[in-house]
Amino acid sequence: MTGVSHDFRKLRLDCVSRSFGLHNALRDVSLEVARGEFIALLGPSGCGKSTALNCLAGLLPLTGGGIWLDDTRIDRLKPEERGFGMVFQNYALFPHMSVEKNVGFGLRMQGRGKAEIDGKVAAALNLVRLDDQRHKLPGQLSGGQQQRVAIARAIVIEPSLVLMDEPLSNLDAKLRLEMRAEIRRIHNLVGSTTIYVTHDQDEALSLADRIVVMRDGMVRQVGRPDELYGRPSHADVAEFMGYRNLLRLSVTAVTEGMAEVRIEQANLRGSLIGAARTGDIAIVAIRPDDLTPRIGGPIRATVNSAEYRGRDFYGIASTGSGQELFFRSEYRVAVGEVLDLGADPQRVLVYPGEARPPVS
Amino acid sequence: MQMMIEDKPPLRLRLAAMGFDSVTLLALPAVLFVLALFVYPFIYGLILSVEPKDGAVWYTNYQAFFSDPFLYGTIGKTLRLAAPVTALCVVISIPIALRVRWMRHQRLLTTILVLPITLGTVLIAEGLLNYMGPQGWLNRTLITIGLISGPLQLVHNYWGAFLGLFISIFPFTFLLTLSYVTGIEPALEQAASTLGARPWARFRHILLPLLAQGLAVNFCLSFVQAFSVFPTAVLLGAPAGSTRVISIAAYTAAYEAYDYSLASTIAMIMAAVQLVVVAIILSSRGLLYRGPMGGAKG
Amino acid sequence: MDRNPLALRLWTTSIWVLVGFFIVNLLAMIASVVVNSFGTRWFNTWLPAGFTTKWYASAWLEFQLDDILIVTFQVVGAVVLLSGLLGVLGAYALARREFPGKRLVMLLILLPLLVPPITFGIPLATLLYQLGLGSSIAGVILANLVPTVPFVILVMIPFIEQIDPRVEAAARVFGASPRQLFVHVLVPMLAPGILAALLMVLVRTIAMFELTFFTAGPSSQTLVVALYYAVYAAGVRAGQSIDAMAVIYMATTLIWLLIALRFVNPTQLVTRVKKS
Repeated sequence: MTGVSHDFRKLRLDCVSRSFGLHNALRDVSLEVARGEFIALLGPSGCGKSTALNCLAGLLPLTGGGIWLDDTRIDRLKPEERGFGMVFQNYALFPHMSVEKNVGFGLRMQGRGKAEIDGKVAAALNLVRLDDQRHKLPGQLSGGQQQRVAIARAIVIEPSLVLMDEPLSNLDAKLRLEMRAEIRRIHNLVGSTTIYVTHDQDEALSLADRIVVMRDGMVRQVGRPDELYGRPSHADVAEFMGYRNLLRLSVTAVTEGMAEVRIEQANLRGSLIGAARTGDIAIVAIRPDDLTPRIGGPIRATVNSAEYRGRDFYGIASTGSGQELFFRSEYRVAVGEVLDLGADPQRVLVYPGEARPPVS
Repeated sequence: MQMMIEDKPPLRLRLAAMGFDSVTLLALPAVLFVLALFVYPFIYGLILSVEPKDGAVWYTNYQAFFSDPFLYGTIGKTLRLAAPVTALCVVISIPIALRVRWMRHQRLLTTILVLPITLGTVLIAEGLLNYMGPQGWLNRTLITIGLISGPLQLVHNYWGAFLGLFISIFPFTFLLTLSYVTGIEPALEQAASTLGARPWARFRHILLPLLAQGLAVNFCLSFVQAFSVFPTAVLLGAPAGSTRVISIAAYTAAYEAYDYSLASTIAMIMAAVQLVVVAIILSSRGLLYRGPMGGAKG
Repeated sequence: MDRNPLALRLWTTSIWVLVGFFIVNLLAMIASVVVNSFGTRWFNTWLPAGFTTKWYASAWLEFQLDDILIVTFQVVGAVVLLSGLLGVLGAYALARREFPGKRLVMLLILLPLLVPPITFGIPLATLLYQLGLGSSIAGVILANLVPTVPFVILVMIPFIEQIDPRVEAAARVFGASPRQLFVHVLVPMLAPGILAALLMVLVRTIAMFELTFFTAGPSSQTLVVALYYAVYAAGVRAGQSIDAMAVIYMATTLIWLLIALRFVNPTQLVTRVKKS
């Protein structure tokens, strides 16, 4: 009844495109997902990540490319024929059905017997820890509980693929952390393949096995969370991953994997990502956390403002030429104070200057 | 004793605490207006209906109404016209509204549909007399394409009134259904489809239960208009025969027989029948889901 | 049925055919009135033998349209102004205050919209005659106000509710008197809503047949009632003449409809009761 195989080995997106009129929401997106993986699609709003998810679910037809589950092409199937589970941003619980009926809906649509439905629904509700809420209507539940019902409803049909569209975006900060752990726990228990859309780096880093960073409808980088955090492949990805200092500087020397760039009167050493030659303009990315005052720090800057954030101080300082830098300090700094800032060369990323300006 | 009274806050503040202050008073003119021109006339009509012209027993008029087939028959005739038209309007409006909600030039369509509401029943009647008459374009077209050999009698009978009423009421019903349909969160249907529900199952299990309450209200509101059908029945129907509806009886009593007492009686009976129908529809609504049509809250 | 893509397509097509059929007939009906009003003689052919505008002149004279139009505009103007005044004030109070008996008041205001106009129209007409207002323009105006005042209230309540009461509090804090508050803060903010509501009242009053019919006399007929009498007594006058009047009537309502549509979503014209 639910059309496609559950024992697939891999899901393959092959040059998937989707345009709305002249606007290309997705451009040639290609991706392979292995069974059991937890993939996060990460990007700012409008990057095409939700479009990609809707295309996978069958809610939006493609305008180019194909989606394959092993050797079966599925992109022409209707959503009801794909047998994927989806968790919607606003949960989309059926307001007129009890929790139990909501969760059992997919099984009823498959024409399963009552005993089987009851058993599976009970197990799913137990999994999301909602056993005692089964007779309530969705409107009587809290946001977190509704979220759990939505997850239970999506996984009870034992889908080959679970799609989640920013499922935590409507919850408050504390609940968001709780539900994040919950989603990971359920994923580990059920072992389903999951594709999770989010704009929140922390969420992607903590949940996913692999992260797909998207921008302007294109895949910018695919990698493990630690790769993305430590070595973003492009300057714009770096910016999105929290490298707030993005400086256009000229390269003064290149040695195996490392580069030196000129900043003010001094040289700054960093790891070269990509290819660059002496004299090129490069984009240098440094996290505020990694830029700290230190003895012999090559960047001399005056503190404009600083604030205490618990353990450390974070502030903005400007160099002689007026370049503003975000830095961290372990000790109190005063406005007007002159600091020598520096960073570990492993934490300074040097990208070849691109035609494309970084995202503002 | 004196002390206690003085301890109480002044009357003005006590009233304000209950919600009565100068702002609340702004509603007074409107309320008085409705009382004077709606409630009072209604009660007046009720009293008038039990005070027959020549001082007979109070129920004379009601007795007269229910013993004269020419009078009580109008209830059946009105219902035979109003109920099927309303039901047809509601039923047809559902699939169309479900399609139209995804339409891009929705506003153009809805504007065209507002036309009959704006033109009113009298103009529709006159238009249909031309258009559906024996020499009208409709009969002419049907003869030309060979569907019929001679002109159909489409006006001055039950079907004339039926079609006239349908055209007058359908736009209203449709726009109301459309607004209920567009009030349903699209993600609900998407969710149902990812869970394996095909179009008919989505309609049956998701849309219909969520719409039922609105459709019941819609039926009532459309029925109010259909039940008080008057110009359509007179001009397009057979006002002496199959479409002698209850409004015609009331009008005849008041303005041709000058028996305001009987006319009020008929008006009261009309209100009662109307109320019974609405009560039946709305009480069955109690069985249906009522509540927000979005994805629960948030 | 829904597993078969062909059946699904057939179903979709038949829905659009139905919509198209309705619209074609509707427009053809309107067109037949317009064509007839310009026709010289139309018998047993697709189109009239020739075209003329003479029926407009004759309709104007025969039906004394100048008088009727003046009455119509007087009635409509008065109804719009009065229902706007009573309705907006009432809606403001009902949107901003909770008081015991509010539900009863709301029910009271809903009722005139939920019963057929004839049921209160006949006793109301009788009453107006007894008060000496029968057949007068004032009587017609009063009768027409019965559904429009509640209508304005129901349309305006949600409009007013969506204005943050803190805006009013801010105006008060900055020293606005209640009157200044109304004139400088509320009316400008509510203007789109008031305009929409009043345009709807205007269109509905022009087309309101029953209440005017029951209360009007020969000198207080509005256009729609005059049209009814003309169609009712068809045969007395030339059909083209009646249709010329019908076209004039259409023009008076459709102009306002077009203006109204600039400010109002068409669905709003009917969906007022949904909120209540």
